[in-house]
Amino acid sequence: MKIAIASGKGGTGKTTIATNLACTGASLGHKVQYLDCDVEEPNGHIFLKPDIEQIQAVTVDVPQVNSSKCTGCGKCGEICQYSAIVHLKDNNVLTFEQLCHSCGGCLRICPADAITARPLKIGDIELGKAGSIGFVHGRLRIGYVRTPSLIKEVKSHIKQDSLAIVDVPPGTSCPVVEAVKGADFVLLVTEPTPFGLNDLELAVGLVQEMKLPFAVAINRHGIGNDEVEKYCRTENIEIALKLPDDRRIAEAYSVGKMIVDVLPEYKEEFAGLYESISKRLKG
Amino acid sequence: MKEIVVISGKGGTGKTSIVASFAALARTAVMADCDVDAADLHLVLEPKVRHSADFSGGKQAFIVTEKCIGCGKCRDVCNFDAILFTGPANDVIDKTYTVDPIACEGCGVCVHFCPNDAIEFRDVVNGQWFISDTRFGTMVHARLGIAEENSGKLVSLLRKKAKEIAVDRNNDLIIVDGSPGIGCPVIASITGADLVLIVTEPTLSGKHDLDRIADLAAGFNIPTLVAINKCDLNPDVAQQIETDVHKRNMKVVGKIRYDDAFTKAQIMKCSVVEYTGGAVSEDIKALWRNITYAC
Repeated sequence: MKIAIASGKGGTGKTTIATNLACTGASLGHKVQYLDCDVEEPNGHIFLKPDIEQIQAVTVDVPQVNSSKCTGCGKCGEICQYSAIVHLKDNNVLTFEQLCHSCGGCLRICPADAITARPLKIGDIELGKAGSIGFVHGRLRIGYVRTPSLIKEVKSHIKQDSLAIVDVPPGTSCPVVEAVKGADFVLLVTEPTPFGLNDLELAVGLVQEMKLPFAVAINRHGIGNDEVEKYCRTENIEIALKLPDDRRIAEAYSVGKMIVDVLPEYKEEFAGLYESISKRLKG
Repeated sequence: MKEIVVISGKGGTGKTSIVASFAALARTAVMADCDVDAADLHLVLEPKVRHSADFSGGKQAFIVTEKCIGCGKCRDVCNFDAILFTGPANDVIDKTYTVDPIACEGCGVCVHFCPNDAIEFRDVVNGQWFISDTRFGTMVHARLGIAEENSGKLVSLLRKKAKEIAVDRNNDLIIVDGSPGIGCPVIASITGADLVLIVTEPTLSGKHDLDRIADLAAGFNIPTLVAINKCDLNPDVAQQIETDVHKRNMKVVGKIRYDDAFTKAQIMKCSVVEYTGGAVSEDIKALWRNITYAC
């Protein structure tokens, strides 16, 4: 089972809820994995403090042109939609690896077999254990843009017999689509503010378009106004968790501490959330 | 003309609230909301749209059912798992191929290799962009369609439009609200900018993410300043951040105290400096003064 923890707006508490939920599941004796797909800015390790057992480099294929074989036909440049391979003249072909999407078009179309695939490192995946929790995260190489490709690799480590908790990057575009794809359930974390509501509506639009079952978690409940709750009522969206605005939570967060460890009164909240999600997944 | 880009690495550190306050303090700058997949600046600046246009960042494959012969070549050549064998029947076969529009990256490889010319390559609209009037001058902004791609291209388009407007009106300042992360839209926001302001917060996550976004900015050789929002949330971590920033030869140019005026101003649809004359506004004004000195 895969649960994705997402949000349109950044900084609403995705990682807080994902890591605490993972710990709650593990403490109830379940087999849990935590996968941090916010590969541009992964933070889950700050809270789960995993022992990293393995580091894997992730590469994508980009074109390498053998100019001695190139006949200068220019077909590679014509098929490329991303200006990642440009034919100047004769056998002078330039490649721009940062623009490449690895569609393979140039490799397939070259009539002279002058183009081969060259691996380009886009980031690393680190695998380990945080107690009994299986930990996986990706770290995008700085200056590189292949976020969705790296997310796909992180998700390839999902084990079928575990409950996989996927920490999703903020936003509503391609990295988010890749991270929530195939989820059995999505929890959308928001805060009760105008920005939170605006971005929640976008995120709801995304999960509805992808036809994924979802519910909302309201973090810092008590700040702002009740527009998010009104919206959820009107749209018939379940609110699976309300986490109050509590400065102690913010302070624990600031030093990388888990709520369930330092503020035991919230254990029940997370156990309740875990139960309600499990119930929905079974039902 | 100077273009200042506000980014953060980590989301939710207060970029948009700070940019809205800068807009109020600058009075006549051109604003660009480049957080195109979760844009919020319009909620505070209440733009009146003067001009709107579709944004097309690329194309998408579209299989014409009547022409599909079911050979599966398209699926074989697609590197994005975007071809599904779930299309309706036609005169020849009882199941045809179809394109998953969310997975399709518009590479056109299937279009080229289809033996029956059954795949069309159509321009797609990925979103809309706008030029608007606000109480603090002109703002360019956009709405990226849900689950769409090409956010980087849309960001570049908005920055280009902002620049044209600034030149046209003799404005000497552009303020760009960026997106979280270090990926494609962020790179598109800072490429060629004059000054980057990173807004962080004194948490271990904020510190970790600052490190990565500062590395990115350094790679682009853009002068970079740092502001610490909610600075009193954890003074120790705030101090560590200042030390880190100093080691990088960058400068912390402002510290803003934690204040619920950030939330209250949002609800009143105004910037923090319009909402309150209190100490938090003084913090933001001091930050703005330091940025204008640096420009």
